[in-house]
Amino acid sequence: MTSGGAGTTIQVLEGSETGFATTKFDALLNWARKYSLFQYPFITACCAMEFMAMASPRFDMARFGAEAPRFSPRQSDLLWVVGTISQRQAPALKRIYEQMADPKYVFAFGTCASCGGFYDNYTTLAGIDKVIPVDVYVPGCPPRPEAVIDGLLLLQDKIARGDRTPAIVKPRRDPTVQAGNLVRLGKKSTAT
Amino acid sequence: MSKRVLEILKSRFGADIYETHSQFGDDTAVVNPEKWLEIAKFLRDDPQCAMNMFVDLTAVDWLGRQTPRFEVVLHLHSFERNHRIRLKARIGDDDANGVEIDSLVSVWIGANWFERECFDMFGVHFKGHPDLRRILMYPEFVGYPLRKDYPADKIQPLVELRNVPDKLPPFGLDEGMPFGRQTHDYPRGEETN
Repeated sequence: MTSGGAGTTIQVLEGSETGFATTKFDALLNWARKYSLFQYPFITACCAMEFMAMASPRFDMARFGAEAPRFSPRQSDLLWVVGTISQRQAPALKRIYEQMADPKYVFAFGTCASCGGFYDNYTTLAGIDKVIPVDVYVPGCPPRPEAVIDGLLLLQDKIARGDRTPAIVKPRRDPTVQAGNLVRLGKKSTAT
Repeated sequence: MSKRVLEILKSRFGADIYETHSQFGDDTAVVNPEKWLEIAKFLRDDPQCAMNMFVDLTAVDWLGRQTPRFEVVLHLHSFERNHRIRLKARIGDDDANGVEIDSLVSVWIGANWFERECFDMFGVHFKGHPDLRRILMYPEFVGYPLRKDYPADKIQPLVELRNVPDKLPPFGLDEGMPFGRQTHDYPRGEETN
């Protein structure tokens, strides 16, 4: 039995001719974890529409074992942060994260949750990673459901490998390649 | 259409109406802030004005461009007469002293939360308001964020921010998209968070 995603394949169960299968306990546990993600949706803004699209039959998050939203952080192990988080909400978000039982994963859905987006002011938290650790960032305003599925597969892959370093879903086209076509903003000298 | 309201105001209050103008169907009167409540009551009760709908109340900060510095802006509409008017009152000096004006909650009850927001964002004190607290920002917030002298990059976090040394490349310390800061000068805070 194999499980894969993002190009890597991890052998979970190895069959043999004698009718026994051997595996590592960690690998089996991680394999079980990655297909039973109980989610806690922390939804604050317009990205919620894309989240609904993700959860509905057309894109069907249930395919990946991430089906049941739990409306208590104590019963869930994947925190979806969907939308802009204001400074006023940050303590609530942190508290919800602290209430979740280990192992817990955090999914930053959209540009606002990832880095604050174009909200660069007194009221907005510039990315939820200022307050809680994040496993997967999915940029986009809002991200396409395909990008979110990419992020979910990336998270499953990370869970299977036991990898807790943050990961980013790459944009389909690299903006730096197209930078020549963009309007250049005249940058004032920052020497003051 | 509602130029008549301006005429009525001018004939009734005379020198307390500092200036008026009508542009694109919008009629504006700049009035004496001392007479703010009295004019509001008159506009509501006078049968020819009959301003029975409170539409909007906000403020503008003209720091460095105009003294008095703040301008409180009030929009009214009459369902009976189907006309609108905009009132302005100029208050406060450059150091934001004397930024106070009468509350209109006793005239239109809907003014309550608008005045709270105006207090929250600009620090305009409404005399006689029943419950003048912050409405959008948290009570721990210091200062008034929409004043022009509030530093554009100053944030006041409620929880301690994590210091993550190994940020991923797209997310640096200056993350976000500070488009405006590249092309505009802005008042800077003492510390940049």
